[in-house]
Amino acid sequence: MTAFIARRLFFIVLVLVAVSMLVFGITALLPANVAYLILGPFAPPDQVRALEIKLGLTDPIWQQYLRWASSFLTGNLGESTLMNRPIGPMLTEAVGRSLMLTGASFVLIAVIGVGLGIVAALRHGKPLDHGVSIGTYLGIAVPEFFWAIIVILVFAAWLGWLPASGYEAPSEGLWIWLKHLIAPTITLVFGHLAHVSRLTRSSMIEVLQSPYVTAARAKGLPEHVVVLRHALRNALLPTITALALDFGRLMGGIVVVETIFAYPGLGRLIVFSIQNRDLPTLQAAILVVAAIYAAANLVADLLYARFNPKIRYGRNVS
Amino acid sequence: MSAEVSTTVVDEKPPARGWPLQLKIGLLLTGTIVLLSLLAPSIAPHPWDTVSMRTRFLPPGPTYWLGTDEYGRDVLSRLLMGGRLSIAMGLGATIVSLLVGVPMGLAAGYFRGWVDETLMRLADVLMAVPPIMLGLLVLAVTPPSLWKTALAVGFVYIPLIARITRSVTLTLANEEFIQAARARSESNWYILFREILPNAWPPLLVEASLRVTYAILLGSALSFLGLGAQPPSSDWGLMIAEARSFIDRAPWIALAPGLAMCLLVIGINLLGDGLRERLDPRLKTRIGKR
Repeated sequence: MTAFIARRLFFIVLVLVAVSMLVFGITALLPANVAYLILGPFAPPDQVRALEIKLGLTDPIWQQYLRWASSFLTGNLGESTLMNRPIGPMLTEAVGRSLMLTGASFVLIAVIGVGLGIVAALRHGKPLDHGVSIGTYLGIAVPEFFWAIIVILVFAAWLGWLPASGYEAPSEGLWIWLKHLIAPTITLVFGHLAHVSRLTRSSMIEVLQSPYVTAARAKGLPEHVVVLRHALRNALLPTITALALDFGRLMGGIVVVETIFAYPGLGRLIVFSIQNRDLPTLQAAILVVAAIYAAANLVADLLYARFNPKIRYGRNVS
Repeated sequence: MSAEVSTTVVDEKPPARGWPLQLKIGLLLTGTIVLLSLLAPSIAPHPWDTVSMRTRFLPPGPTYWLGTDEYGRDVLSRLLMGGRLSIAMGLGATIVSLLVGVPMGLAAGYFRGWVDETLMRLADVLMAVPPIMLGLLVLAVTPPSLWKTALAVGFVYIPLIARITRSVTLTLANEEFIQAARARSESNWYILFREILPNAWPPLLVEASLRVTYAILLGSALSFLGLGAQPPSSDWGLMIAEARSFIDRAPWIALAPGLAMCLLVIGINLLGDGLRERLDPRLKTRIGKR
């Protein structure tokens, strides 16, 4: 297991290095470079040229990459060209806020998704089962930005219960903080529920038909004990991996949701830096996302190995 | 990187003969929307792009069935014209990822060794960033337009197609008819495209049909963020983005394209699931990666 983890970690580092090359390479294709962006569209060409030389933009691309990567490794993420702020603290703040959002959504997805899955499995083939299926189907068939608009329409415009957008720090008061978190969380949860609930449902149906559940019932155990203590334990196996993968997927979901709800997290920072051609911020933010994504995938693999006795990761890992 | 999560439900019912119900409903939904979009220029009741200040924000009624938007344009006509864009974008993106991903997967699965290793590690790198962010990154480089969005979305889904093709190829490569072709000393080219590909198409077709829905969703999200179709285009993602500011005053402008996209995606999903059931009854509905 240790060897497996070590190999995966090494592989993750390799992938991150490759992603950093990809990010740097793509942004280097941009027609306007950093010097031009700093000085603005009306700067005289000789001044742009002078700044280009000062910033080292005339060096070969691999030299620029090495300089960027090495300063990145020493923890110096550089400065945002747009906001004239160091990127490090800005990014940390944004990641923190995004983790609040994804964390809350993740917990709800796990609890509601598994709950719905169990209920649907117990009512297998009945109207309730179909209702859950159709409801969660809608969740994935409709784009997140459309759900977000419906949530705003219902909870902010019509009912007036929640603010339509924005973010308040917990120091402003817990209730105010929570109120701003609810609408984007609902949107994210609804969009990602189907995966977990369907998986739980199908494995639960399978497990409930197995002989050991019949044995537990034959012993005269109450049904809730059979379901929650005997069946669920095995039925959750595939769900656990799916959940870890969903966390990575949530990192993609925040882009749209944070933009719509004007929630100042990582997703919005990325869109903002693209719209304003803030290259250093964009590069750093994408790398952070790739790192979180890789970590979620690693956790998924580890949980799979940990909980599934049939799988033992040995020499041959693909 | 990680295990593809798929669900296999053992159903009590024997597989139905003929066309599964899902396939029929899916075909009906998708067919209707595609047909309406194709006929859009002739059946649209009003011009889709004529600005008129006197007809702003009219709610749905007998003249304007789905109401009008902030520039007084007919929402129904815009919706019909926009459908062409969304469908073309989804199909275009899927074709791009098939054109690149299928040969990649065939080569990786057949040649194995360093070819496989190189191609799959390349795929891992592309899959190390959430699809939407990879799309954003690629599109950040150029001024936005819809065909670029289609290209970017297609690019994003290349690794997934390559992986599926590879796994299908791996199983096919050991079959006797391939060994026979090798014994006849057929060229690699012939074996890959004349022997393996024709036998690999059922799972690829199912995957491609589902991929179209993800492509439509991802492309519309990118359009929504301003990195796709540009005004005055009536791409559905863009329509919803523009309608956002008037959501409390004129909800129909956003609801119409939203519901249309909903129906289209559900239709194609059912089509894909139905196809899967028809081609491979053992596998049941599955939810893939977004």
